[in-house]
Amino acid sequence: MGEKKVTKKWIRKSYRVLIIIGVLAVIVGIIGLYFGGPNEEVIPNEIKNNKTKTGYDARTGFIEDDGMQTVINNCTTCHAAELVTQNKMTKDGWLATIRWMQESQNLWELGDNEEVILNYLAKNYAPEDTGRRAPLKDINWYVLE
Amino acid sequence: MMDFKRRKFIKQAALGSFATVIGADIVYGNKIPKGYNLLGLQEPDPFKLFNKDVDMTLLNSKPWNMEAKAHLLDDKITPNKFMFIRNNGLIPEDINADNWTLTIDGESVEKTKIYTLNDLKTKFKHYSYQLTLECGGNGRSEFNPPAKGNQWTIGAVSCAKWTGVRLKDILTDVGIKDDAVYIGYHAADIHLSRDPTKEPISRGAPIAKAMQDETLLAFEMNGGPIPLAHGFPLRLIAGGWPASVSGKWLNKISVRNVEHDGAKMTGTSYRVPCKPVAPGEKVKDEDMCIIKSMPVKSLITFPKSGAIIDEGKKLDIRGHAWAGELQVNKMEYSIDFGSTWNSCSIEKPVNRLAWQHFNASIAFPQKGYYEVWARATDSQGKSQPMLLPGWNPKGYLNNACHRIAIKVA
Repeated sequence: MGEKKVTKKWIRKSYRVLIIIGVLAVIVGIIGLYFGGPNEEVIPNEIKNNKTKTGYDARTGFIEDDGMQTVINNCTTCHAAELVTQNKMTKDGWLATIRWMQESQNLWELGDNEEVILNYLAKNYAPEDTGRRAPLKDINWYVLE
Repeated sequence: MMDFKRRKFIKQAALGSFATVIGADIVYGNKIPKGYNLLGLQEPDPFKLFNKDVDMTLLNSKPWNMEAKAHLLDDKITPNKFMFIRNNGLIPEDINADNWTLTIDGESVEKTKIYTLNDLKTKFKHYSYQLTLECGGNGRSEFNPPAKGNQWTIGAVSCAKWTGVRLKDILTDVGIKDDAVYIGYHAADIHLSRDPTKEPISRGAPIAKAMQDETLLAFEMNGGPIPLAHGFPLRLIAGGWPASVSGKWLNKISVRNVEHDGAKMTGTSYRVPCKPVAPGEKVKDEDMCIIKSMPVKSLITFPKSGAIIDEGKKLDIRGHAWAGELQVNKMEYSIDFGSTWNSCSIEKPVNRLAWQHFNASIAFPQKGYYEVWARATDSQGKSQPMLLPGWNPKGYLNNACHRIAIKVA
């Protein structure tokens, strides 16, 4: 009888300790998430960019299509792929850009690759008519208190 | 220890954040030779590397280009974490502030003179100003037909507090000739092709701008050393002009008897058609004129676009307005797509070339979707356009009014 009582008391004590440890762990966890979390874990959308989408090259974010590898080989040595992928030009515009880089930025002669590169860029990174001012887009609605 | 990179390295290593960048522990971290760059760090997380807020938008990782969003620019003095980065080349690799020098040369100096950074700091009077720096291409992404280059939206602007010596005090100390018309800067950054004979950018300003009180050779930003991405240890600061005039990692200023002809001074760089052209029109190089003062512009920095508010509740908005060399005299907002305009209260600038703060309290007539448009008017009566201003081949000077979306529910 006496032994049972002691055991019960011991179990109750253990529970209390476990509960305290549990509560502490939750608090530490919340603090950790609040202060450490975002800095350690969050990858900004802009970095992920297109690289995680299907149809896009995982490393560079280029649209997957004929000629992409030639573009990567020739156009990402000096600058990042983003300098290409954020632009939109006609075939003439892309050619003028290549000529400018050859004249002033040490871009090499592209030979037969030039046409491959131009066709890829003109098809996949062509200008769109946005009018004189595009409507506001990608609005993230939130309740302002 | 003034070696910036090494100091940062030690600090980071102490915090253990290196391991976070790489995603693993550096087992022999204590054996890394001083100054050695880990391979795993050669393409690091720019937000950590440059102490930037993760909500900043990365436009380009080589060269580094990053911009803010309107609501991130709410502070009256822009902190580093929200300051845009516009680099044309690669950041200098071995900066040692202890032996940093600034050479003043050119056709129009009496004699070439070299100052150590310490000379500049100890022999000349210090001045601090809050100065608006906006990239000439801020807003480029809206032009149609699109313009080539980094597609800045609205966040390539800042107004930090810069401390340094007046360029005019240095030029006076050197002695410049009467035929001086322009200054051109040279810096330690590296061309993308790594060709040592090429400079990524070497721009400048007319002598009158160089001699303004607020044109600084700055060695501090917001009370501390200038962050690496913003030009440590020495930067030319010319507020109100395209930020490309404010050369980073500055090591030489040439006083010229002609308009400076360094990299990105000629051709179409930082130039707009001297006469207005139709969208998409080809413009000859000789018909392009250098951008001087930036145009009048404003940003609503609170609330963030997309706010939903309760019917009957007033909306307090605030933001900043600036006008290059000029002052903003009037600030207005519209909630009916520009049909009617209401005035905002606007503060005077804390000093010349600093942005000015505005606010207003808006009542909405009924439930529904609204856009709040903001429009500043400068001291010469010029206002921001509601549509895109004149198209130009490189997409500069977009000062169209800022818009935020609001729902009253």
